[in-house]
Amino acid sequence: MDLISFLQILDSTIRLATPLLFACLAGLYSERSGVFDIGLEGKMLVAAFAAAAAAYATGNVWVGVLAGIGASVLFAAIHGLASITFRGNQLISGVAINFLASGLTVVLGTSWFHLGGQSPALTGGARFDDIVLPFATKITTATPPLGLVQEVYSRVISGHSILVYVSFLMVPLTWWVLYRTRFGLRLRAVGENPAAVDTAGVSVTGLRYAALAITGALCGLAGAYMSTALSAGFLREMTAGRGYIALAALIFAKWRPWYALMACLLFGLLDAIAIRFQNINLGIVVVPVQFTQALPYILTVIILAGFVGKAIPPRAGGQPYVKER
Amino acid sequence: MDKLPRWADVVLVPLICLIIAFLICGVLIWSIGQDPAQALRIMVTGSLGSTYAWGYTLYYATNFMFTGLAVSIAFQASLFNIGGEGQATLGGLGVALSCLLIPWPHWSLALLGSIAAAALFGAAWAFIPAYLQAKRGSHIVITTMMFNFIAYALMNYVLVNLLRPLGSMDPASARFPAVVNLPKLGEILGLVGIPFSTRNPANISLLIALACAVGVWALLWHTRLGYAMRAFGKSEKAAIYAGISPVRITLYALALSGGLSGMMAINAVQGEAHRLLLNSVEGAGFIGIAVALMGRNHPFGIVLASILFGFLYEGGSQLALGTSIPREVITVLQALVILFTGALPYMVQKPLERLFAYRRAA
Repeated sequence: MDLISFLQILDSTIRLATPLLFACLAGLYSERSGVFDIGLEGKMLVAAFAAAAAAYATGNVWVGVLAGIGASVLFAAIHGLASITFRGNQLISGVAINFLASGLTVVLGTSWFHLGGQSPALTGGARFDDIVLPFATKITTATPPLGLVQEVYSRVISGHSILVYVSFLMVPLTWWVLYRTRFGLRLRAVGENPAAVDTAGVSVTGLRYAALAITGALCGLAGAYMSTALSAGFLREMTAGRGYIALAALIFAKWRPWYALMACLLFGLLDAIAIRFQNINLGIVVVPVQFTQALPYILTVIILAGFVGKAIPPRAGGQPYVKER
Repeated sequence: MDKLPRWADVVLVPLICLIIAFLICGVLIWSIGQDPAQALRIMVTGSLGSTYAWGYTLYYATNFMFTGLAVSIAFQASLFNIGGEGQATLGGLGVALSCLLIPWPHWSLALLGSIAAAALFGAAWAFIPAYLQAKRGSHIVITTMMFNFIAYALMNYVLVNLLRPLGSMDPASARFPAVVNLPKLGEILGLVGIPFSTRNPANISLLIALACAVGVWALLWHTRLGYAMRAFGKSEKAAIYAGISPVRITLYALALSGGLSGMMAINAVQGEAHRLLLNSVEGAGFIGIAVALMGRNHPFGIVLASILFGFLYEGGSQLALGTSIPREVITVLQALVILFTGALPYMVQKPLERLFAYRRAA
């Protein structure tokens, strides 16, 4: 494999890791506050749809992003209503959210656009352009060979849409919020021992709703990125299990922001490899493409089982909080 | 707070949830400029209007009985098996291998072989997550969910690289020999003189599913193992104190659950498709969750809820044929049923409790 193809794989790794990273950090807020969220997939899907529809209707991609965030936050609110206010089963609520998104996007999409559930192609201002960073060269097919540093900088680091950079900035931001602010301390506490937080006079319900709102917003960005930057429009079921991969990455990262970045890059790399190569011939054995596709899930099972390290979820995760009377 | 009378808890709560879900879907259909009443009429005539239509409804219902019972038997031990989809996929592999590799002389023997293979493969696929939960403490929901995706990748590999006949392009196995084809429900009912269409996929698996429902009921309420499972589901600590091994219960409950999910393949793979397709399960594993919740975790309720979802599923297809309403409206309805019966039961239950308390006081 030559240098250019290697860099191309790294480039698509970053593109493919971005929605995972948004969704993974989204799940981090929710689960750190003690609310399990297997509805990341559904929130991403509904956001992708809302973003594409709004961007198509207005011709403005930023309106699309706002619509995506709005739809996703609404779904997060349903999850909050079910799992916080009515103290229902958080896992079942997540399953319901995923189906709701899957059905609703097709029903509304088919009747709005008459394209069998897909949105019209987004062009011009209705989708994100790639940004060429300062001192980088815009890569086209006619670009002459550059120096090594220039190649890496121009091909891998530069030339992504703005949301890619936002997602990477979210990592230090999340770390800072979680470990350096009062809100973050309370958030972590409410996921471990909500009774203690309650005793200190802080609202458990309020904190958890706040966490879910952040989860909704980040899932909204993940979905909007998929339909307005990664591709030019909405396709039915376009998230294709990425919400579950993000969940896997969250467990793989043991609910910590910097590790989440690593996990998402790893899973993005696997995705990029699976798309570019079919079966990989290692000389002795041929690795089938299906194995590469299943690897994120297999790795997560292994890490969950504690064969490599131990993933311990927030202690109060999954349990609705009942105030003692 | 006063408890609800039992009939209200068992009948009224799911019924109200269903009505709310139907109303929301009606609003959705109305909002896309279609007539909800007309849609309901098409669904009813299309899925219940003739024995031909009933055949399709019962065919789908059979799938959902297997997966619904699977989800519910795990629920009884308070384990959430979200991996029915993967277990049914593996069950399909078991059925296909049994039908293709063994030269069965008669369908009845092939059926026994398929039941064993489907249950074994499904149970094995559930056993790994169960073992990891019981022995290594990994969360069963996440592991079974991951195993759905792993099953899909595995099936993709097996079909493309191993089972695909030479020269064929689509990822599917060869057709099963005609001798393993199962008798249609119409043929069986014809023996006792009931006229029933045979031009639909409903087959003898329906009777097996009903037998499984009785079996699950007997197991849960009339055996020691069933008692242990329910006790473990009610209170893990009390069960351990009573000498019930959590490891054993987790393994048994999940293996039974996976086996039931796997047996769905008898209906879908041997009964209908007559070959192994890439997506033979078609979401039935997930519908099992809705069925188990709607059926209040009781085999009898699950049989009824399966028929309801069979009606919805077939009605949805008729809707897509007869109107411009996409069949995914049924997915929305299914999501709402799961949401209201599974995640928001208190929203319906609490006002009802207040109502009953008020009536009692008056």
